[in-house]
Amino acid sequence: MWRDNEPTGPDHDWLDRDAGPVVRPYAMTGGRVRPTSAAFDLVAFVVARPVAEPLPVHLQPEHRAILAATRQPISVAELSAHLDLALGVVRVLLGDLLAEGMISLHEPRGADEAPDEHVLKAVVNGLRAL
Amino acid sequence: MDSGRSDRKVPLALKILVAGGFGAGKTTLVGAVSEIRPLQTEEVLTGVSVGTDDTAGVEAKATTTVAMDFGRITVGSDIVLYLFGTPGQDRFWFLWDELAQGALGAVVLADTRRLADCFPSVDYFERRGTPFLVAVNCFNGEQLFGADAVRTALDLDPDVPVVLCDARDRRSSKDVLIALVEHVMERAVRRTARVASGQ
Repeated sequence: MWRDNEPTGPDHDWLDRDAGPVVRPYAMTGGRVRPTSAAFDLVAFVVARPVAEPLPVHLQPEHRAILAATRQPISVAELSAHLDLALGVVRVLLGDLLAEGMISLHEPRGADEAPDEHVLKAVVNGLRAL
Repeated sequence: MDSGRSDRKVPLALKILVAGGFGAGKTTLVGAVSEIRPLQTEEVLTGVSVGTDDTAGVEAKATTTVAMDFGRITVGSDIVLYLFGTPGQDRFWFLWDELAQGALGAVVLADTRRLADCFPSVDYFERRGTPFLVAVNCFNGEQLFGADAVRTALDLDPDVPVVLCDARDRRSSKDVLIALVEHVMERAVRRTARVASGQ
C-alpha cells in the first residue's frame, strides 16, 4: 500500500507520508526529561508574568500555549490535561519559562508539613456547605 | 478558562488521593464530587526517566503511558482540593510516591466482593504514614459485610476510620471526604498531644 506513495528509494521503506506525525513526547523538549529548576508539583500553581510582546522567537508553540493558558493561575495537572501534554513534558517546558522569568510558580506546602488546623476546619466547613 | 477564576489570586491547593482496586469506583467517586468534568493527565515513562546514562539494556526500553484521572473541588474562596485517582497497576508505585508527596490524605475504596484488591493500597499508606480511611463502596445497596468485618479483614489500626458509601452519590462521596479531613485533624491533635507529653 504505502509503496504507492513512496516516490523512490528502497532505503526509506520504514517511513512514508502516511505515517503522520510521528513525534515522541519528549521530542518537543529536546529529549530533556527533567526541568532545569524546581519540582513543579501536580498541584503547584503557575501564572504567566506580564511580558512584552512580541514573545521571544526561540519559544516553541508549546511554550506559547502554556503562556496563553496561564494568564489565570492554573495547576500543573490541569495545564497538562488542558494542553494534552504529558506531565513530564509540561514540567520541562515550565522549567524553561521559569528560567526566563516568564512565569511565576507557587509550590504547595512542603511534603511533611501538615496543614494548619484552621485550613482543615475551613475544608470541612466548605465541604459541608457544598 | 474556568468559571470562578476571574482574579489572579493563587488558591491554596490540597491533594487527596483516591485509591483502591480496579473497579472499586475510584473514577466514579472523583466524578461524583468534582466541580469539573474529571480531567486526565498522563505521564510518559521511558527508560530515560530512571535517571541513568547507562546504555546497557536500551534494547529493552519501552515507553508506557500512565493516565491519572483527577477532579477539583473549590471550598470557600481560596482553597482548592484536587482528587487524584491512583493508577491501578502495582508497577506504577513510583507514581504513587509523587502523588502521595504532600498529600493531605487518602481514601481507599473497598469493594467487599473483592476486598483483597485494596490490600496493596492499605499497605502503601500505612508504610508511608499517609493518613487514610477505608470507604466501603456499596454498589446498588449491596453490602456483603459491615464496617467492622472490613476492619477485621483488613487488619486496620483502630484509629483508621471505615465508612460505608455509594461512590455514585455526590453527598455520600462528600461525606467520605469530610470523614477523611476530620481524621487528618484528629491525627494532628493526637500527634501534638504525644509531643507535649514527651513520648
